[in-house]
Amino acid sequence: MAGKILIADDEQNIVISLEFLMKREGFEVSIAQDGEEAINKIRDEMPDLVLLDVMMPKRNGFEVCQEVKADPALQSIKVLMLTAKGRDTEVTKGLALGADAYMTKPFSTKELVEKVRSLLSGA
Amino acid sequence: MNARTRFIIAVVVLGLLMTGPFLLTATLIWVSTAGANRQLLIDTIAPHLPLGTIITITGFGLGVAVVRNLFRQYVKGLLRMSEQQHLMLGANRDFRVEEKGPPEVRALARTANALAEQRDEYMRDVERQIAEAQQTVVEEKNRLAALMSELTQSVVVCNLDGRILLYNTRARQQFKAMSDAPTVAGGGELIGLGRSLYGAFDRNLIAHALEGIRHRLERHEAEIQANFVTTSRSGQLLRVQMAPVLASDQNDEAETTRAMTGFILMLDDITRNFETESRRDQMLHTLTEGNRASLANVRAAAEMLEYPDLEEDLRKRFSTVIRDEIKAMSERLDHTADQFADALKARWPLEEMSGADLIAAVQRSVESKLKVPTKLEGIDEGLWVKVDSFSLVQALVFLVSRLSDEFEVREIRFRLTGAGRLVHLDLIWQGQAMSTETVMNWELEQMSFAGENSPLTVRDVIDRHDGEIWLEREKVRHRAFFRLLLPAANPHEQVEVVERSRHDGRPEYYDFDLFKWSEKSHQLDDRLLTDLTYTVFDTETTGLNPSEGDEIIQIGATRVVNGKLLRQESFEQLVDPKRHLTPESIPIHGIRPEMLVGKPTIDKVLPAFHAFAAETILIAHNAAFDMRFLQMKEKVTGLRFDNPVLDTLLLSAVLHPNQESHRLEAIVERLNLKIVGRHTALGDAIVTAEVFIKMIPLLADMGIHTLRQAREAAEKSFYARVKY
Repeated sequence: MAGKILIADDEQNIVISLEFLMKREGFEVSIAQDGEEAINKIRDEMPDLVLLDVMMPKRNGFEVCQEVKADPALQSIKVLMLTAKGRDTEVTKGLALGADAYMTKPFSTKELVEKVRSLLSGA
Repeated sequence: MNARTRFIIAVVVLGLLMTGPFLLTATLIWVSTAGANRQLLIDTIAPHLPLGTIITITGFGLGVAVVRNLFRQYVKGLLRMSEQQHLMLGANRDFRVEEKGPPEVRALARTANALAEQRDEYMRDVERQIAEAQQTVVEEKNRLAALMSELTQSVVVCNLDGRILLYNTRARQQFKAMSDAPTVAGGGELIGLGRSLYGAFDRNLIAHALEGIRHRLERHEAEIQANFVTTSRSGQLLRVQMAPVLASDQNDEAETTRAMTGFILMLDDITRNFETESRRDQMLHTLTEGNRASLANVRAAAEMLEYPDLEEDLRKRFSTVIRDEIKAMSERLDHTADQFADALKARWPLEEMSGADLIAAVQRSVESKLKVPTKLEGIDEGLWVKVDSFSLVQALVFLVSRLSDEFEVREIRFRLTGAGRLVHLDLIWQGQAMSTETVMNWELEQMSFAGENSPLTVRDVIDRHDGEIWLEREKVRHRAFFRLLLPAANPHEQVEVVERSRHDGRPEYYDFDLFKWSEKSHQLDDRLLTDLTYTVFDTETTGLNPSEGDEIIQIGATRVVNGKLLRQESFEQLVDPKRHLTPESIPIHGIRPEMLVGKPTIDKVLPAFHAFAAETILIAHNAAFDMRFLQMKEKVTGLRFDNPVLDTLLLSAVLHPNQESHRLEAIVERLNLKIVGRHTALGDAIVTAEVFIKMIPLLADMGIHTLRQAREAAEKSFYARVKY
């Protein structure tokens, strides 16, 4: 199954792997380096899913997620948040702000792929 | 009727008794005879009349002499004795009645003296008991004060009004750090006997905590202390423990709630702890979250590498990612371990102490318990260590005991050197070095020496300090040493030591009489002079005319609380007058222009002095002069010195209106005081304070007891009329 995925993360070293992985899984991939770029690309490209890192320059993942979820036009876009913050409070916050799923770094790429798939098929 | 009149009457009566019967008989004979017989009577008696008269007069004279003698011995003698007894009763207790006069009088004198003797014995006994009781109280107070001054925690005791009754050295340092003007007043405006605690603490905060304590007291809870954390005005974080001072109530049986008469505050500056905690948090954060991202990158890349169909350049890129991330993580780890070494240390309660003190303790122990002589070899006095001193001293003494027992080492030397955040403590001896194996055994043995046994081993002790120990040889000098690595601590300020050496004797840090304050009326005017708190001050100025631009160049002040001079709670500050000193004024105040360079200006100093003098009576010699200078600045600083003012010059004029001079020197001489360190502002303030203290009882003799009376008397004095 195909779909469009936006990877929003400022860390090149993870983007490299995620890009490869998602492409390999047959998704169409685009990349954003910071929060602002992520929002713009989400509006322009209307991806099916965003892999959204929390810690990003300009606007952080929480803000991006909130904006996406607050905009009815973007309702259908799934948000999978990735974060290095391991505390429960942050997971709770992310989910409360509307993220569809939340993964804490470091994660297993296999699980990530499964999560992405389940989000897209469950939609 | 006085003694003299009675004597005259006695003499007259005697005369009548001697002449009366004879004259009466003669008259009767004269009346019963008539005519020729009467002539015969005259003829017979007339020639013998002179003889009879002479005999009568002689007899009378003898009689008077006897009466006079009796009178002297009994009446006058008893009168004198009575006077002497009066003396004995009052003015001169040691006086004894003279044993003079007839036996009966002497017996009376002896009895009176015996009674006096008995009374003296009772009085001496009572006095001794009073003195003993007072001594005990004083000793207890001193013991308490000594204990408090040694405490490493700040302790402040207050009455319910929030007046400070007692504080220790640590509290003084803490308040100094809390002061807005630490360099000017040294915290003296915040802490001092009789001062209000609310200068440093929020009144509501204290009231709230007191309320909590009261509730707990009423409910008879076991834990009645209140704990809170507050920030000081200068931003420190203080943990405060508050405990009540309860009235001692003998017949109290825990049924009634004991009344609270004051409270004790124990203060801990936890700013540093807090910083350590934050740093620890920060470190955890760096170690977890910082590494999560890297780990994620590595893991993802590693998992990508597992795909068999990876192109060569992608494989290379993933390998690079892994290498880079792992390198970054290693660096982060090193950096964290290095930077947070302190925070990572074992949480064993270690105390900070001067390294020299530690060595001295070890020396004492080694010399007294093991009789092994010791020497010092290079002790860096400035080093402080963070140690559990008890177990560490034990470990060192144990090592020495082993050296002495097994290798017959006859002398031990100590060396202490700093090495960054560590301190090297070396235990050096002359002679051969044992095998490393032996040393290992010593390290792992439970320590026991000279009758002391410990469940710990040297290794345990070293671990407790997160330290290390090893044996090193100095082959050239034919000796060896144990080197102990111990954590260093930041050197402590030495304020305490300086203060102690400057004033002999124990500091006047407490005054329990202040407990009674809360009951007193707060109307100052009707308060007794003996009960008030005074700020006695003096200024040195560039000249005599503030209105013509003369300025204050020094303020010195000290405090008198409950009739006691508190030398340690003094204020002394040079002030930059922002103008030139005239050469002719320099001999007067002894302040040379270069001494004023870099000193604060009056607008910085007056607020501190204002706070120092808050809620007290101002006293100065010729106060009008000093007050004019202070009042000239009211506009600039916005501070009004509206405290009640007393002037020792005017009070002297009240006491001795007929004396010519009321200069401070003259008064000092008149009141028989010793002068120390005059002609600095503080020196003069202290002399003025001593003069004033001496004046209080003299004023009381004149019926001047309250502040109002003193002010009114001073206003009426001759000098006041002349000068103002």
